[in-house]
Amino acid sequence: MINEYNLRDDEKIIFSLRSLYEKYGYEQYKMVKFEEYDLYVKNKEFLVSENIITFNDTCGKLLALKPDVTLSIIKNSEDDPQGIHKVYYNENVYRVSKSSKSYRELMQVGIECMGDVDGYCISETLSLAAMSLKTVSDSCVLSITDLDVLSYAAGLLTSDGETSAALLMLAGEKNLHGIAAKCESEGISKDKCALFSSLVSLHGRPGTVIGSLRQLVPDCPSLPLLESTAASLEEYEDIIDLDFSYTGDLKYYNGIVFKGYIDGVPTAVLSGGQYDKLMKKMGKKSKAIGFAVYLDELEKLFRAGKDYDVDTVLLYGESAQRKALTEKVKELSAQGSVLAVKRIPEKLRYRQLIEF
Amino acid sequence: MDRFVNIALPKGRLGEKVYDIFEKAGWECPSIKEPNRKLIFENAEKQIRYFWVKPSDVAIYVERGAADIGVAGKDILLEYEPDVFELLDLGIGKCRMAVAGPVSFRDDCTRTLTVATKFSNIAANYYNSKGRDIDIIHLNGSIEIAPILGLSDVIVDIVETGATLKENNLEVLETIVPISARLIANKASFRFKSEKIEKITESISEEIK
Repeated sequence: MINEYNLRDDEKIIFSLRSLYEKYGYEQYKMVKFEEYDLYVKNKEFLVSENIITFNDTCGKLLALKPDVTLSIIKNSEDDPQGIHKVYYNENVYRVSKSSKSYRELMQVGIECMGDVDGYCISETLSLAAMSLKTVSDSCVLSITDLDVLSYAAGLLTSDGETSAALLMLAGEKNLHGIAAKCESEGISKDKCALFSSLVSLHGRPGTVIGSLRQLVPDCPSLPLLESTAASLEEYEDIIDLDFSYTGDLKYYNGIVFKGYIDGVPTAVLSGGQYDKLMKKMGKKSKAIGFAVYLDELEKLFRAGKDYDVDTVLLYGESAQRKALTEKVKELSAQGSVLAVKRIPEKLRYRQLIEF
Repeated sequence: MDRFVNIALPKGRLGEKVYDIFEKAGWECPSIKEPNRKLIFENAEKQIRYFWVKPSDVAIYVERGAADIGVAGKDILLEYEPDVFELLDLGIGKCRMAVAGPVSFRDDCTRTLTVATKFSNIAANYYNSKGRDIDIIHLNGSIEIAPILGLSDVIVDIVETGATLKENNLEVLETIVPISARLIANKASFRFKSEKIEKITESISEEIK
C-alpha cells in the first residue's frame, strides 16, 4: 500500500502537483520517449541545450530522445484558437548538464494552456505556479516579468534591434554599469538611460512596483493588463516579486514570463511564460502559456532537509525469535521506516534505536 | 535558512583590495586580517561571512549558491557565462582582453586562423561575431610562447601593461573588451536576501565613487 512513508520526497511532490493540476481541469498528456529530430532542429534556440541524443529508426528516420516536452505538445495538439486546451505532463527529458557536459535524464512536471488564452488563463497559470512552489516550500518566490513592458521601455531608447537585444541581455544581468556604457556608446540620452536603469532595478511586491511603473512608463499599452493580472494574484502577494531583470528569449516568449525560486535551492526550480510567438512559428494560431517544475533542482533541498536515513534501527541478536522479530518490524514500519540488523551500518543516521 | 550573506573573495592581491573596499563600506570582518590559515571568516553582528577562493572559481561558488555574492573578473564572466546578476563594476583590477601576435603578423583571410588561448569561449564568440574561421588551441598558461614557436598565429589573452608582449616581440593587434572586477550575485539568493544584498551593493557603490 502506498503511504507517505514509502514515497520519496520528489514522488510526494509529483503526486501533489498532479492532483493540483487535475483539480483545475488539466488532463494528463502522455507521450512517447522520442520525437523526430527535425522538430528540435527547427527550434534549437528554444531548447535549454542544443545537444540532443539521436538515433535511426528501423526505417532510417532520425529520431531524438526528447530534450523538451512543450515542443512535442504544441506539435501534437489540435490548433483551436477559439477553445481552450489544458494539459499537464510528468515526463523525463534528456539534456546535457552545463557543468558536467554529459547527458542527464531529468524529471519535469508542468502544464500547458493553449487556445484562447485570456487574462483569466494568465492569472490561473500564475496562481498554479505559486501553488506549485508552495507545495514544495512556503519559503518561495515567484519572480514575474512583463516582456512587453521591458520591450516597450527598450523601444523608447532605440529602434535598432541589435542595440535593443543587447540592452535586454544586460537587463537580465541587472547590469546597470553595462547599460550605462551601452547607452553612451550608442548616443542614447542620459535621461532615457536612467529610465531604463530604473526599470531594470525595479523589483518587489506588485502593489509597490505597479505604482512605480505608472510613473516610469505611463503610456505603456500593456500596463493595464499587467495591473489587472497583479490584482488577481493578491492571495500570493507575499511570495510574488515583480522584477524587470528577467528576460526570456523574445523570439519565442511574449508578455508575462516567470521563474520560481525555493529558499535553499541556488537556481530557479520553476520556469514558464506566454509563448504565442513559438506557437506562431510552429504554424499555430492559438495563444499559449505554461510552466515546468524542475524536480532535479529540488534534490538539493531534499538532501539538506533529511536528518535521518531511517526512522528506527531494530538491533537484534542471534537468539531473536524470527516470528516475533517479523511482527515487531511490521509494527514499527506502520510508523515509519525501519531497518532490522544485527550490526548498525557505519555512519547510519537514525531517529531511534530499539534493541530486540 | 542561513540569514548570513556569504561573500566569495578572490585570493591574492586583488582580493585584498576588494576586502578593503568592503571594509571601508562598513562590512568589516577584523578576523580576516589575523595571521592564520583559516579560509572562512564571520562577522556575526553584521551577519556576513567571507571566504577566499581561487579567482577563477568565484563565479562557480556564486552560481551554485555556496556564496550569495562575490567578486570576479569580467574575463571569467565572459568565459564561463555563469547565470548570475552583475551588480557593480568595482573599477579595480583593470586590464583588457586582446588579440596579440608577432609584430610582423598580417592576417591572411584565405586560411583558418589558429588562436592559442586560455579563454576559448571569449575567442570563439569574438571571431564568430566577425565571421572569421578559426582553430582554437586551448592552453593553460604561458600563452605568449605559442606564436613564437609557431603553435598558433595569434593569442587571445589578458593584457595589463603589454610589457611581456613587448619583451617577446609581440604586440596587441585588437582589443576585444576591457576587463575589471565585478560584484556578482546568485539569482536565487538575490530574491531571498535582496534587502541585505542591495544594501551592500549601494554602500560599495558609494565607496568606489
